[in-house]
Amino acid sequence: MMHFLLLLSRQGKLRLQKWFTPVTEREKKKVTREMTLMVLARPPHSCNFLLWRDLKIVYKRYASLYFCCGLEDQDNELLTLEVLQRYVELLDKYFGNVCELDIIFNFEKAYFILDEFLVGGELLETSKTAVGIAMEEAETLQEVTHTQSLKCDTCPNISICFFFSLNRQWRSI
Amino acid sequence: MSPSVRLQEMIRVIRGARTQGEERGVIQRECAAIRAQFRQADNGTRSHNLAKLLYVHMLGYPAHFGQMECVRLIASPRYNEKRVGYLGAMMLLDEKQDASLLITNSIKNDLSHSSQYVQSLALCTLACMGSAEMCRDLAPEIDRLLRASNSYIKKKAALCAVHMVRKVPELGELFTPAARSLLSEKNHGVLHGAVVLITELCERNPDTLEQFRKAVPELVLMMKGLVMSGYSPEHNVAGISDPFLQVRILRLLRILGRNNDTASDAMNDLLAQVATNTDSSKTAGSAVLYETVLTVMDIKSESGLRVLAVNILGRFLLNNDRNIRYISMTSLQKIVQTDHNAVQRHRGTIVDCLKDQDASVKRRALELSLALVSAVNIRSLMKELLLFLSSCPPELRAHTTSGIFNAAERYAPSQRWHIDTILHVLTTAGGDVRDETVPNLIQLITTATELHCYTVHKLYRALITDISVQSLVQVACWCIGEYGDLLLRGECEETEPVQVTEDDVLDALETVLQSHMSSPATRGFALTATMKLSTRITHNVDRIRSIVSIYGSCIDVELQQRAVEYNALFKKYDHMRAAVLERMPVIDKSSPGHTNGESAGGTIKELEPTKLTQEIVFPQEPSNQVCDLLDLLGGSGEPFQPSPSLSSTAPGPASSTAGGDLLDLLGGLDVTPAPPSVTVYEKNGVTLKLQTDTQTDTGMTVTLTATNSTDGDITGLTLQAAVPKSVQLQMKAPSGDVIPAHGLGQVTQTVLLNNPNKVSLKIRVRVCYTSQSSVCQDTVQIDSFPSTAW
Repeated sequence: MMHFLLLLSRQGKLRLQKWFTPVTEREKKKVTREMTLMVLARPPHSCNFLLWRDLKIVYKRYASLYFCCGLEDQDNELLTLEVLQRYVELLDKYFGNVCELDIIFNFEKAYFILDEFLVGGELLETSKTAVGIAMEEAETLQEVTHTQSLKCDTCPNISICFFFSLNRQWRSI
Repeated sequence: MSPSVRLQEMIRVIRGARTQGEERGVIQRECAAIRAQFRQADNGTRSHNLAKLLYVHMLGYPAHFGQMECVRLIASPRYNEKRVGYLGAMMLLDEKQDASLLITNSIKNDLSHSSQYVQSLALCTLACMGSAEMCRDLAPEIDRLLRASNSYIKKKAALCAVHMVRKVPELGELFTPAARSLLSEKNHGVLHGAVVLITELCERNPDTLEQFRKAVPELVLMMKGLVMSGYSPEHNVAGISDPFLQVRILRLLRILGRNNDTASDAMNDLLAQVATNTDSSKTAGSAVLYETVLTVMDIKSESGLRVLAVNILGRFLLNNDRNIRYISMTSLQKIVQTDHNAVQRHRGTIVDCLKDQDASVKRRALELSLALVSAVNIRSLMKELLLFLSSCPPELRAHTTSGIFNAAERYAPSQRWHIDTILHVLTTAGGDVRDETVPNLIQLITTATELHCYTVHKLYRALITDISVQSLVQVACWCIGEYGDLLLRGECEETEPVQVTEDDVLDALETVLQSHMSSPATRGFALTATMKLSTRITHNVDRIRSIVSIYGSCIDVELQQRAVEYNALFKKYDHMRAAVLERMPVIDKSSPGHTNGESAGGTIKELEPTKLTQEIVFPQEPSNQVCDLLDLLGGSGEPFQPSPSLSSTAPGPASSTAGGDLLDLLGGLDVTPAPPSVTVYEKNGVTLKLQTDTQTDTGMTVTLTATNSTDGDITGLTLQAAVPKSVQLQMKAPSGDVIPAHGLGQVTQTVLLNNPNKVSLKIRVRVCYTSQSSVCQDTVQIDSFPSTAW
């Protein structure tokens, strides 16, 4: 079971955090700080596995982001590298050539994709296409309900904004 | 402007802030606006406000005021608001917050929602942060979803069930039937979830494990299907079809096949097939092979398969990829005890990995190398380890030195080699060795009588080169003090002798005394050594006298005391000086006073050990003593121990210890201390005593003695013991399992403990016995031992 998944930028800023065990805010900050120190200090081409407290830490660097997760003893580290790879591929497919800025400005989308991929610290879906399909359908549902709710409102400006936002959606797919 | 764009606008503004203060200002303004918005009625922008708050939260700012808003949004009928609400719940609420209980009802309603996406939101959140109460409440719902829904929901329900079983293990029974039926699904997501759920159920409940053993053929078939299947674009990763599912199935098979011959037999063919057919050029294939190897080594596989597995690990060791080398060494570490010879074959490669640049790989290689040391390869391996020590990273040094010392102690081919090795370590990494190294080395030197000349020459040379390494300097001073006459004689068989005069030697010792690099303990060593030389040299005794008198007014109290005493030895007790300062006898390794980390020099200290032991026995057995005292003084019969029958405990041993204790209280000195023993368990007339027999640096022999003071025999006595992870335990056969009544006899069992990492030793003992036809079982934990070692 994965205990946490953190996305850290090269400057040590947190871009995404997912905790699969109940942890206090203070403890979260402490762990994040330690991960930042440990992982960012690693030289390039070094081993992607570390031991920290009683967890195995697996990290992988993609461009300017470090993907860092904490595993239990029986988990397969090599497989976790593949899990991280798959998540990056999913982000790439959704955003189209994903970069760190996409994840910063659309962090809630990154979380939604993660929730279709990992649940409760375990892998949810192993198929490459299923996550993308689920995201599309959820987005459609979101737009449909948004339109419905907007039809009830009388503010004229919002219909124009809806048009703009809809355009933005289609472009990303 | 659309509200959603305002979120991105806010992010842009925050990122544009040039200083931390500016950023804080922007965020405070935004949070105030958000708080105001939350207080207003529903205006269609709630989800965007919450999203902004979540961004702020991720930057590290407090966002607890958003918790209630999450609860409100989750209850909203609109999907987009629910989505953000649930995301907020997962980020801001956890089971420790009170607000988390408020969403239980919403989750329950959403689990039966008509839209599967709403259901999935609820399932995901429940699996992420569901507390034990929530899990208990909603378990029946999850069970229903496991059985009758589409595959999209089923796979999420399966992982939700996994979370529930982790939180509330009793729920496992509820999910077992549904889990079984899920194995026949076709959807890989559902299968994966089912396998994870079954793994969790089997790990927690041995009965469920038995049940699922029957599913082994089905799992084997599933795995075969994956391995043999052709290319599937949906699941293919680098030529492997769904490696994620394959690894999970292998892990489940490992649990099912452990300690079970039939299950293991059923898997043998499959494992051989996977091991040979999987392409390991990419990480995905290596991951599957890795899991296969772990499974093979853990179940009762046939020897051919085990050989195959070790060969795979050997191949991994030669791989260019550091990750693969790392995990291969981790796996080899697990099997080095059981398949020692197989791992020995790869010793060369492992030792080469010591030279790798990467710190993680180095650490693994060090652990494995230390585990591979044996009497056969000690010389060559030690050379490599010493080479490693000179260039190893600082965080590994202490571990390396202690590992080297342990190995040297166990397998030293000769005493000279042993002394050389320790001296080499001290010169290379003397600052990272443990405190006991100094007395251990001194003890070793005293036993190697024919090497005294050689040793003192080597140490003298080391001393005049460098006096910064305290441990080395301490040993050198001690040796020069003890064997200075051999040094001055100027002849040595083993090594080239130094031609020194008495003045040179005294100069060296004085340099140590006066140097600011020397610690107080080291200076103590040097002063005592100087004093000892007064009986070993002929001409410069006056110089020694003057040195000693100077230190009589030293600020350091310890040095001052020594100097004053030595002064007295010169003046009033000069006739005794030769006798007091003569050669020390060979120090016995297991004597209690020896393990005292302080300087072992100075014969005045020598008389302390025996007295020390007696004093130490006292605090360990206060209750015993007091009760015995009461008995002797015609005790009031107040039970200090829980069992009332203690007053009729075998009178023989009790009174003798009581008598002995009383004598000691009256100030007598018992010259031969009895090995200290502690009563660890007393109930129903059964008394269990723990006694430390022998002690070495890393090991201890403990005897457990059980006596019975009831009227009937105690039968079926079994003792089990558990120790912390790094300690090794070996229980010898007990002397019997029947304890005769009325304390007429006893049962003893010896336990050998090996504590190479010197962790604080605790031992938990479980006592099972039948007394008056009723079975009793108790567990006691012993945290402190009747010894000074740890």
